[in-house]
Amino acid sequence: MVIDAKNLSLTFQTGDGPVHALKDVNLTVEKGDFVSFIGPSGCGKTTFLRAIAALEHPTSGTLTVNGMGADEARKARAYGYVFQAAGLYPWRTIGGNIRLPLEIMGYGRADMDSRVKNVLELVELAGFEKKYPWQLSGGMQQRASIARALAFDADLLLMDEPFGALDEIVRDRLNEELLALWARTKKTIAFVTHSIPEAVYLSTKIVVMSPRPGRITDVIESPLPRERPLDIRDTPEFIEIAHRVRDGLRAGHGDGV
Amino acid sequence: MSVRTGNWFGRAAVPVLAVVATLLAIWYVAVVPMNVKEVLTQAEREGAVVVPPSAAERRDAGRWGLVFANAHLLGASWSMDRARLPAPHQVAGELWKSTWVEETTGRRGIVRSGTLSNRSLVYHGGVTLGATVLGFVIGSVLGVLLAVGIVYNRAMDLSVMPWAIISQTIPIVALAPMIIVVLYSVGLSGLVAKAAISAYLSFFPVAVGMVKGLRSPDAMQLDLLRTYSAGKAQSFWKLRLPASVPYLFASLKIAIAASLVGAIVGELPVQRGGLGARMLGGSYYGQTEQIWAALIVAAVMAAGLVWLIGWIERRTLRAMGARP
Repeated sequence: MVIDAKNLSLTFQTGDGPVHALKDVNLTVEKGDFVSFIGPSGCGKTTFLRAIAALEHPTSGTLTVNGMGADEARKARAYGYVFQAAGLYPWRTIGGNIRLPLEIMGYGRADMDSRVKNVLELVELAGFEKKYPWQLSGGMQQRASIARALAFDADLLLMDEPFGALDEIVRDRLNEELLALWARTKKTIAFVTHSIPEAVYLSTKIVVMSPRPGRITDVIESPLPRERPLDIRDTPEFIEIAHRVRDGLRAGHGDGV
Repeated sequence: MSVRTGNWFGRAAVPVLAVVATLLAIWYVAVVPMNVKEVLTQAEREGAVVVPPSAAERRDAGRWGLVFANAHLLGASWSMDRARLPAPHQVAGELWKSTWVEETTGRRGIVRSGTLSNRSLVYHGGVTLGATVLGFVIGSVLGVLLAVGIVYNRAMDLSVMPWAIISQTIPIVALAPMIIVVLYSVGLSGLVAKAAISAYLSFFPVAVGMVKGLRSPDAMQLDLLRTYSAGKAQSFWKLRLPASVPYLFASLKIAIAASLVGAIVGELPVQRGGLGARMLGGSYYGQTEQIWAALIVAAVMAAGLVWLIGWIERRTLRAMGARP
């Protein structure tokens, strides 16, 4: 069990009174799962991911990551986090950006070099090590940021709408690559999105959430095989799951989405 | 050289020369009314008939009126001794005389004595430059340290900035003599005292720029470092400091110019060399050419120093992967 949340609630105190970002969330994620969190804005999907990363702290309930508290897990560098924007440092090369977490964590020089080379191959950016971020397209920058999250030994990858700012063609390709990468590295991935096809295509487990208060309305175990070509999206099974996700979103919202 | 595709000098040459030519033209015209009273007095002494004939009447008359009434007598306007406003070529002549001529042929010049003449602008420029650079270095280091303190220490954040702002609202001309006197009484004078005034003026833009620069990383970049459990020192060296570099250079350009002003102001009350001393000396003895020559040396020095910082900035940012 990689992630275990029990009765997790998180309330932000704002000027307009408390905002219940998460309320009584229960969820377990097993090793090797690909879990997607889907829901409209304000449903708490990003907050939940940030709570797992110990970037936010739950108001009540328990949350363990790799069997530890979230803060301990963060200090043990249990996860790599991919943000919505690539957030590469413009003054570092692609290789330098990937080296950043390795430098902070104190890896040896030779080890760093081989890791940078490995992850660049993994995200199909071999040969771009010495380029600066501005020399890469948006999709390539986001791949470099995934490589940065993969460079150190964390079995858990947290991704917060990583492809949200990219066009659909690039997004399809990166989805395909992400699945291949997940199969090769056997990591556990938690993935926030607001795209139904993306969630259904990628996930072994789809967590449907709804807002005010942020809560889980449905958890769908996907029957799709782990090996997924892009055209699986035209099969009846895929369409059926997508339908169930849409129903879940609608029910949670109380009206049409 | 093509104007559009030339290098920096090529592109800038035409507009810069046009501005310089315009300024020189205005200057030459302005010399006539500025000096008209003295020119007419001199002409009268040499026997010419001046309108109006009495010096008292001329004193109260408008300058342009005198110019038009005595147009044929104004040939000496551009060659007056101790002119109220010397003509550009007179200033250029003084510049040449007090740099090249003084050093190569003067009794105290470097050629004949082995050291720079204390009557040359090369020597005085050097004195000012030394104080400027020392003050700039002290001020910049101080500014960066203050900024780091402000960004990392809440007490300093709340307490330092208001005082820094107040420090810059006091006119430096009023403060400089006091700084010199106070420093003299603790045994510091000359270069260090002048550098203190330069540092006083130059720490402020650096501190303000660096606070902004060190705070420029956004929440996401800071969160990224938290996911790595990076320490404060690591986030400073790997994120905040490099992110602040463009802000630093913008501030340094302001600081070096302010530093030069500080050094000159610091030289006014002391009269032990430097461009400030030359300017004040020139005004004591009515040597306007000397004032203007010193001013021009100061202006060229400021331009050179700002350009130098800009050059280092371009080199540094290029090395940091900036888009060329």
